[in-house]
Amino acid sequence: MKVYLPRDAAALALGANDVAEALLSEARARGIDLTLVRNGSRGMIWLEPLLEIDTPEGRIGFGPVVPEDIAAILNAPKTHLKALGLVEALPWMARQTRLTFARCGVIDPLSLEDYEAHGGLSGLRRALAMDAASIVVEVTQSGLRGRGGAGFPTGIKWETVRGATADRKYIVCNADEGDSGTFADRMIMEGDPFTLIEGMIIAGLGVGATKGFVYLRSEYPDAIAVMNEAVVIARAAGLLGASVLGTGPAFDMEIRVGAGAYVCGEETSLLNSLEGKRGVVRAKPPLPALQGFMGKPTVVNNVISLATVPVIFEKGAAFYRDFGLGRSRGTIPLQIAGNVARGGLFETAFGLSLGEIVDDIAGGTRTGRPVKAVQVGGPLGAYFPRSKFDTPFGYEEFDGQGGLIGHAGVVVFDDSADMLSMARFAFEFCAVESCGKCTPCRIGAVRGVETVDRIARGDADAIPLLTDLCETMKDGSLCALGGFTPYPVMSALTHFPDDFATTRKAAE
Amino acid sequence: MKDFILPPKNDRDMGTPASRSTTMVTLRIDGFDVTVPEGTSVMRASAEAGIQVPKLCATDNLEAFGSCRLCVVEIDGRRGTPASCTTPVADGMVVHTQSSKVRKIRKGVMELYISDHPLDCLTCSANGDCELQDMAGAVGLRDVRYEAVDTHFQSRQNGEANPNYIPKDDSNPYFTYDPAKCIVCSRCVRACEEVQGTFALTITGSGFDSRVSAGAAGDDFMTSDCVSCGACVQACPTATLQEKSVIELGTPERSVITTCAYCGVGCSFKAELNGDQLVRMVPYKHGKANRGHSCVKGRFAYGYASHTDRILNPMIRDRIEDPWREVSWDEAFSFTATRLRDIQAKHGKQAIGGITSSRCTNEETYLVQKMIRAVFGNNNTDTCARVCHSPTGYGLRTTFGTSAGTQDFDSVEHTDVVIVIGANPTDGHPVFASRLKKRLRQGAKLIVIDPRRIDLVKSAHIKAAHHLPLRPGTNVAVLTSLAHVIVTEGLADEDFIRTRCDWS
Repeated sequence: MKVYLPRDAAALALGANDVAEALLSEARARGIDLTLVRNGSRGMIWLEPLLEIDTPEGRIGFGPVVPEDIAAILNAPKTHLKALGLVEALPWMARQTRLTFARCGVIDPLSLEDYEAHGGLSGLRRALAMDAASIVVEVTQSGLRGRGGAGFPTGIKWETVRGATADRKYIVCNADEGDSGTFADRMIMEGDPFTLIEGMIIAGLGVGATKGFVYLRSEYPDAIAVMNEAVVIARAAGLLGASVLGTGPAFDMEIRVGAGAYVCGEETSLLNSLEGKRGVVRAKPPLPALQGFMGKPTVVNNVISLATVPVIFEKGAAFYRDFGLGRSRGTIPLQIAGNVARGGLFETAFGLSLGEIVDDIAGGTRTGRPVKAVQVGGPLGAYFPRSKFDTPFGYEEFDGQGGLIGHAGVVVFDDSADMLSMARFAFEFCAVESCGKCTPCRIGAVRGVETVDRIARGDADAIPLLTDLCETMKDGSLCALGGFTPYPVMSALTHFPDDFATTRKAAE
Repeated sequence: MKDFILPPKNDRDMGTPASRSTTMVTLRIDGFDVTVPEGTSVMRASAEAGIQVPKLCATDNLEAFGSCRLCVVEIDGRRGTPASCTTPVADGMVVHTQSSKVRKIRKGVMELYISDHPLDCLTCSANGDCELQDMAGAVGLRDVRYEAVDTHFQSRQNGEANPNYIPKDDSNPYFTYDPAKCIVCSRCVRACEEVQGTFALTITGSGFDSRVSAGAAGDDFMTSDCVSCGACVQACPTATLQEKSVIELGTPERSVITTCAYCGVGCSFKAELNGDQLVRMVPYKHGKANRGHSCVKGRFAYGYASHTDRILNPMIRDRIEDPWREVSWDEAFSFTATRLRDIQAKHGKQAIGGITSSRCTNEETYLVQKMIRAVFGNNNTDTCARVCHSPTGYGLRTTFGTSAGTQDFDSVEHTDVVIVIGANPTDGHPVFASRLKKRLRQGAKLIVIDPRRIDLVKSAHIKAAHHLPLRPGTNVAVLTSLAHVIVTEGLADEDFIRTRCDWS
């Protein structure tokens, strides 16, 4: 009997290890020959821990499982109250286009055989037969853009690094996933680490880099453990080392752990931190693509960007490019969180409207109250009211509505949310996480909190000051932390003026 | 005299260091065409055109940093408002330094700065010599609308002690550090790193809690690694790091360019004065030896200038037993000339000569030897530099044809390999050591041949590729063996030597 139970941090937080223990002891007691695979998560967090039992028809799921359920599930699986049927046939799964996350939750994350059996390494094998220029062209043609948030075309970045002359070049994976309500990087690292490794190797082949680093946040101990194990396995298998798969050039990589600073997710702070310096933002130019890690040409890509590279090479640039809308090509792993009935990871082609995502996929709020606002793109993303729910999910489409998709985190709030408090929180967050280098962010965030407090006390003069401050921070800040903090603030003020006015009235 | 010999130089701060490129690019700034070397910042190009872009964190002896955000400009065809200090020029670029958009940003940034700054300008030691004050004027800040709760400058708030307030550190004998006035531009930290190479300063904390700090918590400037070179004080745009002499005496109103006589480096200084009262010594940015840097002695140890022991008038005495007698210059000259001539008349022309101190400048030594040859009529002249320099002088003359150094100090900026033998630049010639260290941090290789484990062997961000701790007295043997290997193994570049040395 083969069963699957995630080792994903979300599943663990919901008691997956207790379920595993119960399962193993029950199987021992009953003399069942049980193979337990600790897979990644399928992304249906409301069903975690999600237990899957392999059957000739496919994998059937049970969730959310508690240890007390195990005996009954083993007695009569099909009729158990928590039986979900075939996992792949669940609407959440069936509606997705899983390209980057095709293997996540399906395979044993640390089995290279399992990885290969599910299409792994075929992209790398194809890339190994190509020259560097063609590799970069393939990425450019796929239309892949930076999934970290900025949406810069990955192929153009790679081409800059490829064209730079240097004795050494680097691939740096930004796995400092600090945005609230995001977890795609963590899920793929815990659920399918080899796909990231494969993507980084292909990047190395494309730009002529022989060394890669994953800068992984310290808050992800499980991902750190899985990635470290995966690197050891990849090295032993000849995937990493003096010659990639015995035919390619050298490529090796290291997992480096951050120290808890949100701003180190900004690529230049990340590079400073990686070099052992204070994690403060560097001015650009020089671009990291030309003078990055240790002053050498460096590709800095987000986990999802790099983890998407293997499928592009496996299925071809045209296959990937055919998904999406406008200039947003391919798929995006939406991370749905906050006050929602169904939260989790949902990979789909660009183009779904925000309303479809919130109402259909997430199923509205968990509290059952009306949705008031949705923050897309992490703590620096704009708050969208229901009137903007027809906005299609795409880089330009969100930008055109005064928002951003960022790392594709979608956080939902019901009508009990006080948007003035949310605006204050945006400044507070910025004040806590600011590196302190540039003036608009260093002082502006603190003044922002104070100015929102004045508004809360009924001081109407503070509203134009808040608007001016947001303009100074937006146009004057050195990096996106200070530069985008005005997005949640101004969107809250613009779309929910009552929350800024009612408190004033209350004070009067 | 020297003041009049030196050509007047422009002391304006160009914002960022000069580019060395020989490729020129032309751009248009506020309607003026400017041609500058490739790699020049937009800020410096503007300064070349006579346009001062507002700035606080930029200064032309430090690499551009981009933190203050006052120098933002608009560039046709480019998104946003890039900082002019960190943006390199490009051919055909069209820059606007005074659009309404950048003016608004600058004013907004200044309003934030001033919301965390004490408004005690009239009694501030930097009054009239403060870049923050200048910039508030330049951007037209007229109002600070914030009702600041969190500040760093108020010692008490609402009757409570302000946890953000750090009292003034006056532990250093020459300058004070007043965190209440700090704008966290990092110029001091960067000067300590880039110019001096001591790495004594850092920024601790992050965000609003970012503070300049001399080392670990609990350290003050005196207990830190600081060597009191004063580069940070010079770099500070406000009164945060301020010479104690300026605090006591006020802002200097005139300056005289002079040369420091402490060591053989020969740093140029601007002696800044009020009347005849020396207020501070500021290394001269156009000084070829020091390029605007100094050590603790040149900058702060100028007590000799007004010391009671200093001889201010000529004095003579007939016999060594007699007390000194203050006389007029005329009497001193005629007395000395008569006595010297008498000696020559009695004992012959060769009976007298002259020797100069190693603390004399080249110009002074030149004048003395000229007097001896032309007036005394003999060649009995020497300088005490010979005591230490005669072996090197001999060696240099034999190999290069001249007993003087063949390179100027600027050449260290182009060097790839440095051999330091029998010298301890950090202690002996600190300003040159700082310039050497800068080059070593850029990647030049260092070989130290010295019995001592001198500072250069291993210090902050510097490590000698090789340290040969030879036995004292074996320098000649080591150098001879090096020469032997070079010649016998055919490692010499004959063409190079033929064109540059006396080959015979």
